[in-house]
Amino acid sequence: MTTAHAPAPESPAESVVSPPQLAFRVFGLGDAGGRVIDYLAAANLSHITYIAVNTDAQALAATSVAHRVQLGAKHARGLGTGGDPELGCSAAERDAETLRQHCVGADIVFIVAGLGGGTGSGASPVLARVAHDAGALVLALAILPFDCEGSLRQCQAHHALQQLKAMADGVICVPNQRMVKLVDDNTSLTDTYRLTNELIAQGIRGLWRLVSRPGLMNADFPTLCRVLRGQHAESSLAAVETKGPNRVREAVEKLLASPLLDSGQTLAEATRVLVGVLGGPELSLAEINRISEQLNRHCENAQLTLGANTEPDYRDRLEITVVVTHGNPADLPSSPALEARLQPDQPSVTIDLAAERHLFNEPQPIRPASRLVPPPPVLPPEEMEHIYRRQLTGNPRSRRSSHRMQQGQLPLEIVPKGRFDKSEPTIHRGEDLDVPTYIRRGVPLN
Amino acid sequence: MFKSSEIIVGLEIGTSKVCAIVGEMNTTGSLNIIGIGQCPSHGVRKGEIIDPTLASADIRNAIVEAEQRADVEIRSVYLGITGNHIQGFNNRGVHTMVPTNREITEEDVQDVIKNAKAMNLPEENHVIHAIRQHFTVDDQEGVVNPEGMLGTKMEVDMHVVHGKRNRLQNPIRAVKALQLDVENVVFTGLASALALLSNEQKELGALVIDFGGGSTEYVVYADGVVKHTGVLAVGSDHLSNDLAIGLKIPLHRAEQLKLDQGRAVLDDGCKGQTITLKSELALPEKSINLEHLRRIMHLRLEETLQIIEQRLAEASLLEYLRAGIVLCGGGARIPQLPDLVRSVFHLPASLGKTTGISGLTAALDQPEFAAAIGLAKFGSLQNKQRPGSNIFKRVLSDIFRGD
Repeated sequence: MTTAHAPAPESPAESVVSPPQLAFRVFGLGDAGGRVIDYLAAANLSHITYIAVNTDAQALAATSVAHRVQLGAKHARGLGTGGDPELGCSAAERDAETLRQHCVGADIVFIVAGLGGGTGSGASPVLARVAHDAGALVLALAILPFDCEGSLRQCQAHHALQQLKAMADGVICVPNQRMVKLVDDNTSLTDTYRLTNELIAQGIRGLWRLVSRPGLMNADFPTLCRVLRGQHAESSLAAVETKGPNRVREAVEKLLASPLLDSGQTLAEATRVLVGVLGGPELSLAEINRISEQLNRHCENAQLTLGANTEPDYRDRLEITVVVTHGNPADLPSSPALEARLQPDQPSVTIDLAAERHLFNEPQPIRPASRLVPPPPVLPPEEMEHIYRRQLTGNPRSRRSSHRMQQGQLPLEIVPKGRFDKSEPTIHRGEDLDVPTYIRRGVPLN
Repeated sequence: MFKSSEIIVGLEIGTSKVCAIVGEMNTTGSLNIIGIGQCPSHGVRKGEIIDPTLASADIRNAIVEAEQRADVEIRSVYLGITGNHIQGFNNRGVHTMVPTNREITEEDVQDVIKNAKAMNLPEENHVIHAIRQHFTVDDQEGVVNPEGMLGTKMEVDMHVVHGKRNRLQNPIRAVKALQLDVENVVFTGLASALALLSNEQKELGALVIDFGGGSTEYVVYADGVVKHTGVLAVGSDHLSNDLAIGLKIPLHRAEQLKLDQGRAVLDDGCKGQTITLKSELALPEKSINLEHLRRIMHLRLEETLQIIEQRLAEASLLEYLRAGIVLCGGGARIPQLPDLVRSVFHLPASLGKTTGISGLTAALDQPEFAAAIGLAKFGSLQNKQRPGSNIFKRVLSDIFRGD
């Protein structure tokens, strides 16, 4: 790891003015995170330091990266957390100083963690906080568990995600469930995970290339920050590579079909999109134009930022990296305003009311035209405080029950029957005649 | 002053209204309508009672109003029934004369009818009507009255209308709960046909479709006898429901729109037009696309008619309908419905008019009352031939045959 500048920058924006080499530290937390950075490390990109962090000593020994940190060595004694985020959290807290040491001097700290288990879910918010205190920009890549892993994991993952969102500057979510579309019945588990890791690694590499070099059309580090920022915003990351005569169209098609972008659904809901185009020296403005046009069509409500760069060894290849954010687009100042303390025995986030009110009283930015989200009601400050207090300090039992994710059951067929809802249906040749004719015949009314 | 003699009351417990028609026998022996009572119906859905309490209250209101209008006291009624469970089919009975080739007597006729009645019905089913159609003596078909003819083998075709016993009992019990007698029970489709079809139409062959609120009944007459009966539990309620769901408006608004703006046929003139519904209590002003409205209605009506047409085609009856199609019931008021019927069946269609009955023209001209009027007519015909209860069943067939 080489850094051309000595003092750690105060805020991320400053690092762009000083020499352009940014210090990227990628932490792989937990078992999933460790496997992903193994993959990444194989690509051998410069100026990136990989650090594997785990409670499980065995897993740590199996990784190939140079730096390893074992959490909670004394208490966990080298065994894993057993899927308990609280243990992961306390282990991280105890070794917070070690973690901080690894963050010193970094410009960007990238946390890759699989949420749902113990170390990933418990330690990642701690690491995010520590990295932030050390002055780096914190980006988190959260891998969310498959649906089949059970509701407990889902719940813990969801919880950890909320905490991460509060701590980190940007969170990219990769729901594993989306990968299901890529595999068929015969793909083995190892292959599935390998595919997943590959996709994630590709995304991260694309991202890194985007921000680490000054591009011809610059979409650099602060741009990335701006796209990712936003309290409770959620981002997705996807990268595709194509070559050949129709590469622009193919690339856009691949992007829209990518499970990471939920087959284009994420684009439709996006508020901000950052597109990084990387090509060989023959990359033309027309192609970039076409990319921008086609992507714009799919995310009309979003602000699209385009960056382009050329590399000599990318001759004939085209790589597009897309970072899509949807959620609260408010440009909030960076985290000192947000003071979140994490108590290991109280699995909840208590937000300082004064700080929140400060955020509320800030002039609200102009929201883009949103079809779905109504503007917040204007309330006197006492009422706001009252509502907030009610939300936060409610009955702990009610809060716990609200955390438990309810899986509702839908009836097998949802057809409107209106007045005849509860009466004996009139069946004629297998059709229920109580359902309106225009619905059964599929006649569209527009 | 109440006179309680010689009046005949037809009571129809429908899905949208309960109505009672009071008639009295004329000196000439024909029926004269002297009063109507009606009440919006609440406890009935798809032609069957689902809330006996509400239904009884509505029946009482209708009967009371009829009593006041006709200035009579009503003691017994002829009750019309319908429902999804009612089915009609044709059954054939055979009887061989012993010794062969002799004159057919009345007992022979009774025997063959008895054979025709021996049919396999599910246990829970009860025969509502067993209507004689035609006799076949040896190879001669279409014999109306075989008595006095010579022959060896006699067959009779009967049309049997049957339904589930329990579901038939419900309206009877609701009426009896009001201290009214039920003289007889008639399938409302047959009652409508009785009121509307002339003898000539029955000979030529006609289809009567009763578009009710909860169900649509259809009856085919051909060669002077009933050939087919059926019920489809889809009615004008389904139209309102479709509109409420399709236009996303509450049910009562949908019903009002259906009455004001409904049409059976979709034409190009309504493209792009909208109707604005005024804002009511808690309901905002809403703008409705007229084309959608018409299309939803058109689809539902067309489907209903197509189902009837399919059923008749399966029974190979469409060729018999030389006199065309007669429409009645509240749904017959939908503008341009005859046009739609014509386009589905490719047969002439028109609204029905009551025949052979005098009296309140206000009632006679309305398609909604056709069934109740038919019930009263049934009663009058039954009264006419009252003496001798053992020919009761015969009277029934004669009633439904041409006079």
